[in-house]
Amino acid sequence: MFNSSFDAVVPMLCVVLAALASMGAEAFRAKDEEMPIGGLGIVGLAGAGISSGLLWNRNAASFGVLVADNFALFVTLTLVIVGILTIMFSSQVLRRDQLPKGEYYALLLFSLVGMIMMAMANDLLIVFIALETLSLSVYVLTGIRRDDPKATEAAFKYFLLGAFSSAFFLYGIAFTYGLTGTTRLDQVGAYLAAQSMSDNPLILVALGLLLVGFAFKISAVPFHMWTPDAYEGAPAIVSGFMSTGVKAAAFAAFARVFLSSFEPFSADWAPIVWILAALTMILGTVVGVAQSNLKRMLAYSSIAHGGYLLVGLVAANQVGKAAILFYLLAYAVTNLAAFGVIALLSSREKETDELRDFAGLWHTHPALAALMTVCLLSLGGLPPTVGFIGKWYIFSAAVSAGYYGLAVIGVLTSVISVFFYLRVVVMMYMADRDASAPVPSQVTGLGMVALAASIVAIIYLGILPTPVLDLAAESIATIF
Amino acid sequence: MLALIPLFPLLGFLINALVGRRLPKTVSGSVASAVMVASFVVSAMSVWQLAALPPAERVLEQTLYTWIASGDFQLDLTFRVDALSAVMILVVSGIGSLIHIYSTAYMHDEIDSEYARYFSYLNLFAAFMLVLVLGANFVVLFVGWEGVGLCSYLLIGFWFKKRSASDAGKKAFVVNRIGDYAFILGTLLIVTRFGTLDFLRLAEAVGPMAVEEGVFGVISIATLLLFIGATGKSAQIPLYTWLPDAMEGPTPVSALIHAATMVTAGVYMIGRNAVLFSHAPETMLIVAVIGAATALFAGTIGLVQNDIKRVLAYSTVSQLGLMFLAMGVGAFGAGIFHLYTHAFFKALLFLGSGAVIHALAGEQDIRNMGGLKRYLPVTYWTFLIGSLAIAGVPFLSGFFSKDEILYETFHEGHTILWLVAAITSLLTATYMFRLVFLTFHGERRHDAPAPAHQEDEESAHGAPAHHDHLHDAPPAMALVLIVLAVGSVLAGYVGVPHALGGHNALSSWLAPAFLPGTGPADAVLPAEEAALELTLMGVSSLIALAGIGLAAFIWLTRRELAARLAHAWSGVYTLLLNKYYVDEIYDAVIVRPTVRISQDGLWRGFDVRVVDAVVNGFGSVVDASAAVLRRLQTGSVRAYAGSLFIGVVMILGYYLWR
Amino acid sequence: MDGWPGVVIMIALGVGFAAVMIGLSVLLGPKNPTPEKLAPYECGMPAVGDARERHSVKFYLVAMIFLLFDIEIAFLYPWAVALRDLGWPGFVQVVTFFLILAVGYVYVWRKGVLDWGPVARATRAAARREAA
Repeated sequence: MFNSSFDAVVPMLCVVLAALASMGAEAFRAKDEEMPIGGLGIVGLAGAGISSGLLWNRNAASFGVLVADNFALFVTLTLVIVGILTIMFSSQVLRRDQLPKGEYYALLLFSLVGMIMMAMANDLLIVFIALETLSLSVYVLTGIRRDDPKATEAAFKYFLLGAFSSAFFLYGIAFTYGLTGTTRLDQVGAYLAAQSMSDNPLILVALGLLLVGFAFKISAVPFHMWTPDAYEGAPAIVSGFMSTGVKAAAFAAFARVFLSSFEPFSADWAPIVWILAALTMILGTVVGVAQSNLKRMLAYSSIAHGGYLLVGLVAANQVGKAAILFYLLAYAVTNLAAFGVIALLSSREKETDELRDFAGLWHTHPALAALMTVCLLSLGGLPPTVGFIGKWYIFSAAVSAGYYGLAVIGVLTSVISVFFYLRVVVMMYMADRDASAPVPSQVTGLGMVALAASIVAIIYLGILPTPVLDLAAESIATIF
Repeated sequence: MLALIPLFPLLGFLINALVGRRLPKTVSGSVASAVMVASFVVSAMSVWQLAALPPAERVLEQTLYTWIASGDFQLDLTFRVDALSAVMILVVSGIGSLIHIYSTAYMHDEIDSEYARYFSYLNLFAAFMLVLVLGANFVVLFVGWEGVGLCSYLLIGFWFKKRSASDAGKKAFVVNRIGDYAFILGTLLIVTRFGTLDFLRLAEAVGPMAVEEGVFGVISIATLLLFIGATGKSAQIPLYTWLPDAMEGPTPVSALIHAATMVTAGVYMIGRNAVLFSHAPETMLIVAVIGAATALFAGTIGLVQNDIKRVLAYSTVSQLGLMFLAMGVGAFGAGIFHLYTHAFFKALLFLGSGAVIHALAGEQDIRNMGGLKRYLPVTYWTFLIGSLAIAGVPFLSGFFSKDEILYETFHEGHTILWLVAAITSLLTATYMFRLVFLTFHGERRHDAPAPAHQEDEESAHGAPAHHDHLHDAPPAMALVLIVLAVGSVLAGYVGVPHALGGHNALSSWLAPAFLPGTGPADAVLPAEEAALELTLMGVSSLIALAGIGLAAFIWLTRRELAARLAHAWSGVYTLLLNKYYVDEIYDAVIVRPTVRISQDGLWRGFDVRVVDAVVNGFGSVVDASAAVLRRLQTGSVRAYAGSLFIGVVMILGYYLWR
Repeated sequence: MDGWPGVVIMIALGVGFAAVMIGLSVLLGPKNPTPEKLAPYECGMPAVGDARERHSVKFYLVAMIFLLFDIEIAFLYPWAVALRDLGWPGFVQVVTFFLILAVGYVYVWRKGVLDWGPVARATRAAARREAA
């Protein structure tokens, strides 16, 4: 009854079960009963991680539309890490802000299911379903602080624009189907490779529309407008989750669609992605300089980081492809930790997200300040952190593929970006506390464990990146 | 074993950073100094081991592990000591140790946690610098390169409550980043062109190639990019502006930055890639010209500055210019020689000025000093020795190294550059002795620290509260000053030129590092060249003495002459006093437009206004400021959707019209 | 570039269809305007009261949940048609699908979404009093 065709679904199933369990637990919870719902989520995600480990190198496929090749599994593992860290950061935040726990975790896990599905999708329709699954959950998570007008506004904006971009994406799928008669990615790829369709503009329309859908999710300029508002309005930890998980999943699908199925048309899409990458890096960095709100600043920074990932996509050589995966992991851990610090420092009344809130943090929270410094240095790409290795790989891929212009822009913007990351460091170490401002609460427990783990990963991968890089290169080699 | 050299200071950093705030001062200070001394001992042992090898094989390597490997490109985390690094690690760990010891006394008035913070930064700084000079490839070097940038930033801004200090720190970092940008690009270019980043492999690959003509070859562009990186780190035109401001940090930090670490990185990097640079003559010429220009430029500014540390800072920029001049004319050995002697006397001078400032409770203006000779004898005599050395008075260390640079420049046929360097020497002697005379001679123009002044300086500065009398440097500081003074006298004797009957031991020791695989240069100087060298030596000795005499004439005997000169040449004087207005020009031309573009142009302009305007029609641009705020609240989703739609149209339009 | 006519024709058809529909209704439709018909939201009846009447949020909730389960029931039909072809794997899939739905249903139920009317309201109010 169970044949091997179910294998690829197992990681997703683990997370689905955890999500259902947290919904069930919430449903049968007595009014003030504490339940370890977050623990359920961690167990589910651990299951997903273990099953992905077991599926490694097996190229399992389910129903022809989901494939668990090493590429998908690498992204899945990244997502599992993102998920576990998010849950660990969240436990304290949820208790403090009195957010609905069961719903929060269920939505978080469902959106993770969507992300994993997106990484494994081998069919444009599955990509779309995954996209919607993750988006709908994330929309709600954005607005989970219902009494905060800013959060509601952010969620609504995100929802409207997300729906708008989904339409374009769906339209692109329709065009692809119309031309090739299938939505299966492998078949689309085979069809496009076999037929000489370079003179058929409809394929370009399909290409362009699919590009728009992905570009929106990874917030590439000019499809980025929702990002700062959504990140600022959402609770910090959700912003961190969005900026890492959603981006990782979207990039996985983006890479799969464009580097395998639409590979024959790389001459057509590469110039566009080139321009998007350049615009994204420049705008994200330059506008980031003008921000005084830390969440907005990190939003623009995550836009810029999307640009660096696009550089890897354009370069599309062996190094570039491995670099995308490595960078995704590096960026996910780093950015999540940075948002985690903000989340842990905030209070129910007020998010600690203005630059001046961080003044003199070193004096009140020396450990947190040090951890935040490491995150920011990694985001800025300074050695010996993982951010440096990631950037180095991306840029050397671009240079060796002959994209000197992109490399120059990339290095320039990452140099400028250090300016605004460092401004926070300056604030933490070299500014006096506003004596009237309340001292943010001390951070303990799971959140601190998660932060410490992230920092260890950031430095460890900065010093010994080879095993993970090899893994990334190996997993990308299986499909492209 | 090589890994231990940077690991010791790193260990000190960890101890002081993690538990330092709970340790008493004596413990954290001793730990920091002890790890530096340990590092020096290990360095000395490695160099000893190195010297035992035959000259052509003098390379020690330790590969910790493979850092990055992808395809046929491999990058190891390797430390390597050869003749060049050997000199550098001895300088960095040796002078570094002395500065650490000095600091234990100098910073004694800081509270415990600040004291530990200071020493943790200082150790980290030294660790990164050691990584920089030990790195066997560009990436390891870059780790140190960025690391010292970061630490210098933290240290310069150490007294962050002083706004000027935190600004100076920021400036140092930003200016350095501009240089780093070029450096990364140069590195990327090298890895794509040569497929390796290891210095030895690179030299082997480049060695057999033809020397490039013109500036458009890959090597020329790569070296030029690397050199721009060096101008940032080593404070050359046009990126020198951060260094004079860097004296806002505690004085021992200035000593560390100016003498032993950080600024020497650029000179070292060029020496490290001597083979590569030799293949790009156009770049070399640029290096030489920039070096000479910086030397002269900074020397003239140094002549009129009134802050004791600022004078020294410009003197560093100027001396670094001379080192780059040497590098540019191909006299790598001479450049490194000067780097090495300079480390002694510049550390001495900075630490000496620190002792003066310490005694005067934070006073830094030399117009308010004078007559200190009587009160601070140790400081005075050591400072005098340092000044004599830097001025190039015969048979002190600076004399030998500076002469070698002058001689090589002349010998290579760069007569104009030689002239510039000679004028710089004159300026050096003059401004250094202006400093000596104004500070230590004449009558006292400074009361015992005034209470009011003391108070505001102290709160910002942590400088010690002194009472009714001036006192000389405390033992730890005095000891360091004396050791450095002895060094400043003797350090030059490792490189006594052939013309004076010496063997120029340092130069032949370094030679294999600049041309791997060969033995030491065994130069026998022809008689006429020896005569030329002796002549030039005589000229520069005369220049040095003339400079000192000039300074003595103006500032010792006829103080009013200086004022009259300043008055008569007020235009020039103001120009120099304001450092040629370079900071102001940079601010107006680069900094402000950038900030404006990012704030008004792209953010408010593009993200909010342009997109809005296109969607809602051009009429709404009118009365924009109010409308912008309103629309931020309500109409923005439409604007965002508009931006999205414009993107779609542009992508499809591209396919339509291309 | 000879494929472009196809794109142009498609766009033209899309725009044209809308234009023709609107145009035809304008041209052919009889026009007997009365004040009632010109009123917003006209349906031939005189407007009574404000159109923006407040509905209980419960109404939307129940409507939404009805829609959800209604549509998902519709998934059963294609499965029922292909029941024999799909076999046991198909059965397992559908059961999984329904189990997931069932959890959602239980959640909705336990959260009190389905409690509606005066009795439920009274019970809840009593519970609240008790808690306070």
